[in-house]
Amino acid sequence: MTATAASPATTRQDSKVSDEQPRSGRSFALTLSVLAVLLVVSATAAVAIGSVRVPPGQVWGIVTHAVGLDWADPVWSRARETIVLDVRAPRVLLGAVTGAGLAVVGTAMQALVRNPLAEPYLLGVSSGASLGAVVVIVFGVTLFGAVSLPLSAFLGALATLLLVYATARAGGRVTSVRLVLSGVAIAAVLTALMNVLLLISERGNEARAVLAWTLGGLGGVNWGTLWLPAVALALGIGVLLVQARSLNLLLAGEEAATTMGLDVARFRARMFVLLSLVTGVLVAAAGPIGFVGLILPHLVRLFVGGDHRRVLPTAALAGAVFLIWADVAARTVAAPMEIPVGVLTALCGGPFFLWLMRRDARRKTEEGVA
Amino acid sequence: MTVSSSDLTVDGVTLSAGARRLVQDISLTARPGEVVGLVGPNGSGKSSLLRAVYRVLRPDSGTVRVDGDDAWSLPVRRLARTVAAVVQDGAADFDLAVREVVAMGRTPHKRLLDGDTAEDTRIVESCLASVDAADLADRPFDRLSGGERQRVLVARALAQRPSLLVLDEPTNHLDIRHQLQVLGILRALPATVLVALHDLNLAAYYCDRLYVLSEGLVTASGPPAEVLTPGLLGEVYGVAGEVTPHPRTGAPQVVFLPEERVPAGSA
Repeated sequence: MTATAASPATTRQDSKVSDEQPRSGRSFALTLSVLAVLLVVSATAAVAIGSVRVPPGQVWGIVTHAVGLDWADPVWSRARETIVLDVRAPRVLLGAVTGAGLAVVGTAMQALVRNPLAEPYLLGVSSGASLGAVVVIVFGVTLFGAVSLPLSAFLGALATLLLVYATARAGGRVTSVRLVLSGVAIAAVLTALMNVLLLISERGNEARAVLAWTLGGLGGVNWGTLWLPAVALALGIGVLLVQARSLNLLLAGEEAATTMGLDVARFRARMFVLLSLVTGVLVAAAGPIGFVGLILPHLVRLFVGGDHRRVLPTAALAGAVFLIWADVAARTVAAPMEIPVGVLTALCGGPFFLWLMRRDARRKTEEGVA
Repeated sequence: MTVSSSDLTVDGVTLSAGARRLVQDISLTARPGEVVGLVGPNGSGKSSLLRAVYRVLRPDSGTVRVDGDDAWSLPVRRLARTVAAVVQDGAADFDLAVREVVAMGRTPHKRLLDGDTAEDTRIVESCLASVDAADLADRPFDRLSGGERQRVLVARALAQRPSLLVLDEPTNHLDIRHQLQVLGILRALPATVLVALHDLNLAAYYCDRLYVLSEGLVTASGPPAEVLTPGLLGEVYGVAGEVTPHPRTGAPQVVFLPEERVPAGSA
């Protein structure tokens, strides 16, 4: 091997050239642009669709008018403006934020526990967050004001994630079987605890509302409750993107990651806190919505490969689009009744999970390490 | 960026896993540019000792020094710019292209938001070419054969531009041609190399010095010709064998003699 040292000057000069990565770079940019356009179109359509149909042009008319731009004549009724601005727009935005957040959390979780089946819902992390939230609701804790609920959901998520990980890990390895089984078992216990709390709670009406929320739904959101999930998402994506290289290293294995300069234990601990925070806040806002964090990362990897610098932003956009449409379906398929969106994502996600499991089994058999 | 060679000094290292003692009071040195081999039966502590050097298994006592610095006191990333390793640790099921796997080796030289430069691309490609894997660059890593993977992992370690390279059985899964090729590359590197090997003949041919481990202790050390003796084969491996200098290479050559076929009187 000829190991010639290049001067720093050439390195810096050439960095521009190589930013256009030959193969995946172009398809990545294309995928991102297509998804960004799709996101805007989807959000517009989702606001337009419903029991009262609003023409897409008018959706933008109302929205731009509301932010003080007089691009369109305000010919719409007051009721319509309320539907668009106060009911549908925040709901669609929450859907986008939640979908993006869950997809990103799922992506990172799969790298951190080094297992393709990891996802906040399957690992019981969402159940932990739900239990945390229900405790606050049932006991009426208001110690920390409006953030009591998300805070408690975050703590529930973190405790569950640590517990599931510790249970599934043996001899430095986390196998799919142990991971999913401990996730399922711990989620069952947490859900049972939550149901007990709801049953013995004296606030009967609230219990019913909470029960609906535990199925995952985006209804009932308003502008006042939207900011926290949005901030959590921005924080989550920001930090994860900065750490994308480190997430990549984990794909090589823990020991190998260490030899390439990653302090694995410390990194994982920090990331667990971050992922629990995002999951907790999202669950507090939208209930536990399953499988988004499983489906989207894997679909996205088919298009842009496994490098987290590409997977994370792509999964975020795709997750947003996915959950927006899942919610449109939830609102419309059985109108005027509303199906919890979590039920719909589970309908898609369950079969996907099975397919993924079979695919992994097939690959392992081919490699002769079954 | 310079490619140089480091000095490794392992002094009195004891390692354990829970209550089980893995290696006991081992001292070892590798001088700059040397290729030092670790040999010994399975479970003799070779991998454990290597793990202490690449900073995964913390010694109970003793020190690992690289160029005089305590490896366990340096920040992980700092050490990774000097020491690279090829470890025995399965990769997960994620779709990374081979060139992306090799590019990982550049990570310790990067700050948080640095992109990949043309220099990185060049290094990745030259490292792939040096293990005869240039044509694999765009293949998905998890679809490669065992031998192809192993060569790519060696390329990844080379991409770190280490001055000390630690390898745990790098010839596993490789066919003979690639075994020779990989060891030839290590031999030609300016870096210091510490390598655990199964095959005594390869070890004898490619290493400057050998350490023989047995049940967590160093049984013998020195140049291959001094270390590899029939007595040692009997003591450490429990087998009979003959060692003769190879007529052309001069390297000691080990031939094992299964007991039932030892001709009468030759033992």
